[in-house]
Amino acid sequence: MREIEYAAPTSVDDAIAALAGAGVCRPFAGGTDLLVQMRSVPPSEQKWVDIKRIPEMTSIALDASGLRLGAAASCWEVSQHKGLRETFPGLVEAAELIGSIQIQNRATVGGNVCNASPAADTVPALIAVGADCVIAGPDGRRTVPVAEFVTGPGTTQLGDNELLVELVVPPVAARTADAYLRFSPRGEMDIAVVGAGVSVTLASDGTCTAARVALGAVGPTAFGVPAAADALVGTSLDETALERAAAASRDAANPIDDKRGTVTYRRTVAGVLTRRAVQLAASRATERSS
Amino acid sequence: MARKTHVQTTINGEQTEFLCHPHQSLSEVLRDELHMTGTKEGCTTGDCGACSVLLDGRLVCGCLVLAIEAEDTEITTIEGMASGEKLHPLQQKFLEHAALQCGICTPGFLIAAKALLEHNPDPTEHEVRYWLSGNLCRCTGYDKIVAAVLDAAQSMGGDTR
Ligand code: FES
Ligand code: FES
Repeated sequence: MREIEYAAPTSVDDAIAALAGAGVCRPFAGGTDLLVQMRSVPPSEQKWVDIKRIPEMTSIALDASGLRLGAAASCWEVSQHKGLRETFPGLVEAAELIGSIQIQNRATVGGNVCNASPAADTVPALIAVGADCVIAGPDGRRTVPVAEFVTGPGTTQLGDNELLVELVVPPVAARTADAYLRFSPRGEMDIAVVGAGVSVTLASDGTCTAARVALGAVGPTAFGVPAAADALVGTSLDETALERAAAASRDAANPIDDKRGTVTYRRTVAGVLTRRAVQLAASRATERSS
Repeated sequence: MARKTHVQTTINGEQTEFLCHPHQSLSEVLRDELHMTGTKEGCTTGDCGACSVLLDGRLVCGCLVLAIEAEDTEITTIEGMASGEKLHPLQQKFLEHAALQCGICTPGFLIAAKALLEHNPDPTEHEVRYWLSGNLCRCTGYDKIVAAVLDAAQSMGGDTR
């Protein structure tokens, strides 16, 4: 029997208290993964803690100290937030790629991270901008980088009584921009064959002074590719540097064969997307410097 | 069986209350408890959009919303689209363009299209197709639906209610 107990607390503390109850307790935000799971494998008894009535968890705060993105803010809110698109276009692009308008209105970036699909679009985009997860639990709060938060397909660092409260991103440095590109057979309503998130910083003469490259859907979790970033730093992002970064991504990719693509295909696409995402991020960074 | 919960909400402008189990979806309660069967269910996994309703003005899949979440919200369903005998311009244009065959997807498309025109009263064909990508139709091939929505947008001239 799919018996569910439901609670809708209005503060993080109350949510933590609700999650501390006996049995399986699950935070519930947009429900676009949880409800589908419930129907395919009806749980025995579970308590669902709806976190959408907690103001701290649905807010999006963007200011000089960076971004604090509430874990229960919907992808639609993320895509409609004007300042956010200007500041982190890659992150917004990733959030916008998730599902239909109906899904966008419910699904959350926090949920995308917690669902921990290897192909989650927002995870590489978050790694590229250096995002951290703020986790609340009975003993207070702790912060872990997004890349460490996701530990495997469908698994995260979250303990039973813990809650992902928000994602925090440091402020964007000067002449810095991000980009996220995904390859999938359909442009919309599809799952990544490969995803690539990139952030680059350019000096005033166009030299790349810092970079981050992250890949999704080519391993059990999304991951950063430091070798690709190293290939870019100190260069003018010329053809040689782009090819070296692409090669580093192909080497780092560790995909599976499945109906969406073979290992060889996914490796190749990882290189192509890395190159294109670097070029897109660089053109944005250049616009920002003018 | 766990106890049912009492939910108070507004559906198509009318105060409504119902009892539901916490696991029940909004589309299930609309159809089976409130007998508002205009909202359809196809997949119950968020893929087909047949269950589309507006929740506080936002387009959502009724199958992926818990009925219990409806407390203190405003819901719009297909039953609230026409005013009495007078069809909404989108409904009228769907008829004129023969934008339905079996009709099971139609309430979902109409609600989704209504949400689109409220958000963007003058969409391009591309914008219509993008917005409606969460609604599946196995009969019409979509072209007539898209034409009907574009025609309705034109005839409404920005008056999107
Ligand atoms: S029944 Fe809800 S999307 Fe198909
Ligand atoms: S008219 Fe039959 S599914 Fe659309």
